[in-house]
Amino acid sequence: MSDKPEELSVQSSQNEQELSSDAKQPMAPKNIAEQTEHVVDTPQSRLEQLVEQLKHDIAEDVVDEAVINEVNGQLPTITIKKEHWLATARWFQLEEEWSCDYLRNLAGVDQGDELEVVYHLISLQTRREIAVHVKTEREQPWIPSVTPLWPTANWNEREVYDLLGIDFPGHPDLRRIMMPDDWVGHPLRKDYDPSDSEV
Amino acid sequence: MTELLQQALTWQNGLIFLGWAIVFLFIVLGFVTYAIYFERKVIGWMQFRHGPTRVGPLGLLQSVADVLKLLIKEDTIPQKADRTLFILAPIITFVPAFAVLAVIPYTPSLYFADLNVGLLYYAALSSLSTIGIILGGWASNNKYSLMGGMRSAAQMISYEIPLVISVVGVVMLSGGLSLNTIVEGQGNNFWEWNLLPQMIGFVVFMIAAVSELNRTPFDLPEAESELVAGYHVEYSGFRFAFFMLAEYVYVFAIASLTTVLFLGGWHPPLAILDFIPGLLWFMLKFVFVVFFLFWLRATMPRIRVDQLMSFGWKVLLPLALINIFVTAAYIELFLK
Amino acid sequence: MIRTEELLLNVGPQHPSTHGVFRIVLKLDGEIIREATPVMGYLHRGTEKLAEQLNYTQIIPYTDRMDYVSAMTNNYVLVHAVEKMMNIEVPERAEFMRLIVMELQRVASHLVWWGTYLLDIGAMSPFLYAFRDREVIIDLFNELCGARLTYNYMRVGGVKWDAPSGWIDKVRDFIPYMRKRLKEYDKLVSGNEIFLARIKDVGKYDAQTAIAYGLSGANLRCTGVNWDLRKQEPYSLYERFDFDVPLSFNGDCYDRYTIRIEEIVQSLRILEQAVEQFPSGGETMGKVPRVIRPPAGEVYARIESPRGEIGCYIVSKGKAEPYRLKFRRPSFVNLQILPELLVGQSMTNLITILGGVDIVVGEVDC
Repeated sequence: MSDKPEELSVQSSQNEQELSSDAKQPMAPKNIAEQTEHVVDTPQSRLEQLVEQLKHDIAEDVVDEAVINEVNGQLPTITIKKEHWLATARWFQLEEEWSCDYLRNLAGVDQGDELEVVYHLISLQTRREIAVHVKTEREQPWIPSVTPLWPTANWNEREVYDLLGIDFPGHPDLRRIMMPDDWVGHPLRKDYDPSDSEV
Repeated sequence: MTELLQQALTWQNGLIFLGWAIVFLFIVLGFVTYAIYFERKVIGWMQFRHGPTRVGPLGLLQSVADVLKLLIKEDTIPQKADRTLFILAPIITFVPAFAVLAVIPYTPSLYFADLNVGLLYYAALSSLSTIGIILGGWASNNKYSLMGGMRSAAQMISYEIPLVISVVGVVMLSGGLSLNTIVEGQGNNFWEWNLLPQMIGFVVFMIAAVSELNRTPFDLPEAESELVAGYHVEYSGFRFAFFMLAEYVYVFAIASLTTVLFLGGWHPPLAILDFIPGLLWFMLKFVFVVFFLFWLRATMPRIRVDQLMSFGWKVLLPLALINIFVTAAYIELFLK
Repeated sequence: MIRTEELLLNVGPQHPSTHGVFRIVLKLDGEIIREATPVMGYLHRGTEKLAEQLNYTQIIPYTDRMDYVSAMTNNYVLVHAVEKMMNIEVPERAEFMRLIVMELQRVASHLVWWGTYLLDIGAMSPFLYAFRDREVIIDLFNELCGARLTYNYMRVGGVKWDAPSGWIDKVRDFIPYMRKRLKEYDKLVSGNEIFLARIKDVGKYDAQTAIAYGLSGANLRCTGVNWDLRKQEPYSLYERFDFDVPLSFNGDCYDRYTIRIEEIVQSLRILEQAVEQFPSGGETMGKVPRVIRPPAGEVYARIESPRGEIGCYIVSKGKAEPYRLKFRRPSFVNLQILPELLVGQSMTNLITILGGVDIVVGEVDC
């Protein structure tokens, strides 16, 4: 990813199955945004600015993908590499202009060849919102735990661990939460085979 | 009865005593049956419900049916329970509840025994019931019931003291511990009762009495929202019925005692109402006290353990002591 | 030396005050809690998994069964999310119907909470009073959609049933009735010394903790954080109505209590305005394709349920069934703070605090 041109990394959503709203994205503001970064303030330009900041502050290859989710009220949605996720999360929490103090939702998704966890962050002061996707491989999946940053992630991560089998290193107490302790398998995975076919 | 008590205890006398005790037991059982009915009806009305209506006319036989059900229920004793104590506990709870009734005078002539230490007898015996509750809680081998039992012990000790001290004022005014003497010391008008001169004592007594009864707002030993059912979690059938019975017999006893100590016993509230028999007056006041207890139950939330303790020791006890002091000063200054 | 021993106590799954099948394992020192570990999952039905095999209309009844005390708001969050994805216009009359039932539901839900909370604290009568008044609302819902608890009322694009004739008038009559009752309740309960002693300064936390734990609803607003999605991220028609967000600043059980009572008052205000402005005619269903197939993409919709922020995250692959459906359940999130609040408290306060959080186990377990 890091060897791609900069503007491509923003608009490079090749993953059609995940975010089809790309097609609707306004193409025009992009060029303007390149010239005058601070004058034109569109969701797209702000997203590009965010990606730049992240690249600068975290690492060059931190963002895999960044799109605006049109249907969800222009929600900026970025995909972060899991190796950089903890640093990025801390960045979102501490960076003044974001200060995302509230983790409103944490959902695990089985995307077929990959598993991913989606975080919906918001700052109660600045009202800025962002959705972060973090992907992990199917075999031995892991994503760093954000429970130390947002205690609310605690049970949510346990739920994802329980139902999708993603490991969260750094989690204080990673146990099954919904299913019985001796349950075999992770029910929300697409290849999960329910033992009772009638259910 | 009084003469019989003076005589030597022969077989014949013993049988007479036993006979009367059984007659009285049935009266008390009758009271308990309809006190429960009354409670359910009253609370039902207070809560926009009907209360029992189905069994018998107006639901009058509901409690009878309930008792029957309890009697024919399977008697379960938990495997890990302390069998002997488990069986003993309801009996230890019930016996003192019934025994204290012996000293209550209903009218000048209707009473069982006029003990010269009647009040002391009452206080001493009624505190024995706690042992039954603690034993029941302990023997059940259940954590909830153990906590209920321990709460009960703490509560009993904390409230027995203000209860007894609050009536010392009454004893000082009437100059005797015999309950008959105390009633006779009060007059035929309501201002001659102990209620007004011993107002502080009365209030402390009522609060401590509700607590002794383990009724709302002091029903911590059986707080169903915390301890499920408290000390009688593991009891079923007639053993459970015994606990319930003891509780309601205590309602009977405390209501009678309040009537006797503060509400003038069989005396009418005004001298001109003297033509109405004393027993009726007694029953009227008695029913009012019982109603008051039920009324509280429909109104109050439950107090917390630590609040209960601090209230007992920091508020009620000093108040009761002040009451003694004030009464003593009054007697010394005006009655000598 | 006196040797004391810690007591391990399982509160629940069958316990009168855990509001369903919920368990807390307590380590007790006497009556003082040293450690509390909530255990859940007894009511886990796998709604999210089941939803992956169902089309969107079929999922609606499942949402009824999550927070069964407030089924209408659950209905709404799902249909709202799908409408967002598909860009469906909802007719004004339908949106009014939705708003009215949601606010009625909020009143009903808070009444259930009020009654059960006082029952937890040991007062029996308020429970029956609350249920008497809730019954009025339930009867209204019954008349509207034939169900008393699980309504299955909303559809993508509108509502299933239009208001029967006279229904709106009944809602209008309900408002002064409820106001009168609320005053009575206030007299009966809010000033009771024992009650106040039980809930004041119990289960206290500050705004920072509340935000970190992701609390929402009255649990968040009791710390002074002004966060009500009806105001902050308006959905439905809430922008049109004039209402306040009750706030208080101590963060204890008493504040949560007063906020919920005040929320009933505010809901009645909204209802009053909504009934006044209710359109006399119009459709109750918008233009919706025969098969609801949201375009591929994802959406996170959130609304203010009586318990807090309920969210619905849908990942669609353009099929009639959702690829992944995740509910952000406020009860589940709000409950996380419980172990922290309980340490050092007495067994009695456990009930006060747990009741104050206001959970519905169907929603915790989903």
